[in-house]
Amino acid sequence: MSTTPATNFSLPARVLHWTMAVLILAMLFIGVGMVASISERHEWLVQIHKPLGIALLVLVVLRLFIRLKRGAPPLPADLPGIQRRLAHLSHLALYLLMFLMPLIGWSMLSAGGYPVILYGPVLLPPIVPENPLLFAILRQAHTYLAFLLFLTILGHLGAALYHGLIRRDGVFSSMARGKP
Amino acid sequence: MSDQPTPPPKPILSPFQTASRLGVILVVIALLGGAFAYTGGWLDPQRLTPTRIVDSFEQASGRHPGFRRNHAKGVCVVGLFVSTGAAAKFSSAEVFAPGRRTPVVGRFAIPGGNPYAPDGGVPIRSLALRFNQLNGQQWRTGMNSMPVFPVATPQAFYEQLQASQPVAATGKPDPERMKAFFAAHPETAPFLQWVKSAKPSASFATEAYNGLNAFFLVNDAGQRQAVRWGLVPEETAQPGGQPLPADPDFLAQDLAQRLAHGPLRWHLTLILANPGDPTNDATKQWPAGRTVVDAGTLLLQSTEPQDSGPCRDINYDPLVLPTGILPSDDPLLAARSAVYATSYERRTSEEAGVSAAGHTAPPAAKDPRS
Ligand code: HEM
Ligand code: HEM
Ligand code: HEM
Repeated sequence: MSTTPATNFSLPARVLHWTMAVLILAMLFIGVGMVASISERHEWLVQIHKPLGIALLVLVVLRLFIRLKRGAPPLPADLPGIQRRLAHLSHLALYLLMFLMPLIGWSMLSAGGYPVILYGPVLLPPIVPENPLLFAILRQAHTYLAFLLFLTILGHLGAALYHGLIRRDGVFSSMARGKP
Repeated sequence: MSDQPTPPPKPILSPFQTASRLGVILVVIALLGGAFAYTGGWLDPQRLTPTRIVDSFEQASGRHPGFRRNHAKGVCVVGLFVSTGAAAKFSSAEVFAPGRRTPVVGRFAIPGGNPYAPDGGVPIRSLALRFNQLNGQQWRTGMNSMPVFPVATPQAFYEQLQASQPVAATGKPDPERMKAFFAAHPETAPFLQWVKSAKPSASFATEAYNGLNAFFLVNDAGQRQAVRWGLVPEETAQPGGQPLPADPDFLAQDLAQRLAHGPLRWHLTLILANPGDPTNDATKQWPAGRTVVDAGTLLLQSTEPQDSGPCRDINYDPLVLPTGILPSDDPLLAARSAVYATSYERRTSEEAGVSAAGHTAPPAAKDPRS
């Protein structure tokens, strides 16, 4: 029989997961660092934040596509139902936030009437109409959802290490390496 | 048939092993969370952040929901900029192309966080402009009517703001504290010299406005030229000045009256630095004799109140620049960009009725007129 379900994420899925994990954590640190700074650092961090955020939007589209095509290895059969549900829920939340954060960043600049400068002379078109109330709401959402994303990642990291160090049930290695 | 090897049996963890592994997990999470909090400045209340600067504007003038935290009192203006083309060889920005007409939304204002301050109270006027290039890029700039800025760094700006906080007894800044600040900051001397003889003007129209911070012009060949820009009015004030009208809002009235008779004009002048002129110090004027380029004419055609006009929702962030203009190493520029964003976030949140994150300000001040 050749149809045993894969026990590991495919190589593209793993590469994307770890690349994006590093970049999203970097985006969160850059974000809170830049809004707490008045030095030149503020300026150059903003200039990294925008193109990197848009790059992550492109990557998450690709990642979702691969995920829907290739699926994910099943969780261990002996995992309690509540943990199973939490795992699915948190992955859903992570995917949602990975889409929402860059879209909100882009639309809040559009709503604030700013030119959305990607890099140098390269501009993105506005994706929502200019409107200060919309700007205000999106700007707050960008902050609160960033914190929610960070907390979810902390939980996700904790759970991944729990699987890897304590349960040792192959969940960690399903993302960490290829077939044994 | 699966030919996967059966996984080797996992050794059972002793309770001690389980506890220490849990400990490792908690430490990893705590470290990451701590690094995040440190980066965001929450563990370091001494850090000079945009939030702290905006809070001290609010402390000084009260919180006036919906208004700018500085230059709170002003009016919107609309017009256009007609380029001579003289600047095109220094900068590739579309706005400088020969004969180009670029629409402009501007705002005249007086400095200070109180939107109801009397116009005669300060000798400084300001003009902020947003040029909308046809290619979608924008140029935003804010200019003041003084020839130099009092301080060179954001830190000194903050100290000045602290020194000029009103004291409860008089409602005015403590003169001793101000004196001590200026004594500790000799770079303020050129500004103090100017302010001694400066009188509040009776009109926005007769003032010259100076960008104060330096920038770089970049042309098609990639050559950079350090520059400071300004606006020189075509209207002239009555010699010896004019008695100020009794109405505390005389500037807006004067502006509307003048505009009823036709557009007002300024020349956009680019002062080109010689090698060695400081680009990082807004307290120092460049010596006389620098090349001055007349880049074109600004025509302002109409005015509207700021609470309904098109300038209300613009953040005149001095780092929104078109290609062809780059920021200099002046440390005030990054600080202005960061602080204006926070001011903008707060005032638009107040308009929207949502509360801005991280807001630590005193309660809203009452409109004295309502
Ligand atoms: C920081 C260290 C991280 C570790 C150690 C880690 C570890 C893991 C592991 C072991 C899995 C596999 C779980 C399973 O088998 O279902 C996984 C899945 C996942 N991770 Fe991470 N991760 C990290 C960071 C992140 C970050 C920053 C994000 C994105 C915001 C993220 C998003 C996801 C998502 C969405 C899945 C589910 C994959 C799917 O079902 O398509 N991870 N992670
Ligand atoms: C993965 C995507 C993103 C993440 C995780 C992220 C995260 C953050 C964080 C944590 C902040 C600080 C919020 C605060 O403390 O108030 C922030 C601010 C900001 N972000 Fe993002 N962001 C993302 C994408 C984007 C994109 C795509 C853009 C624009 C194209 C953008 C534009 C901004 C701007 C303009 C600010 C505020 C700057 C200021 O107010 O001075 N972000 N972001
Ligand atoms: C670190 C130094 C400075 C700080 C902290 C500061 C702070 C502020 C703040 C908070 C606003 C209100 C922004 C808004 O809500 O849209 C403002 C407006 C303004 N500032 Fe500054 N400023 C600084 C330096 C300067 C300099 C050097 C200039 C002159 C060249 C300048 C000219 C203006 C003008 C013209 C406005 C009014 C803009 C408008 O009409 O909307 N500022 N400033």
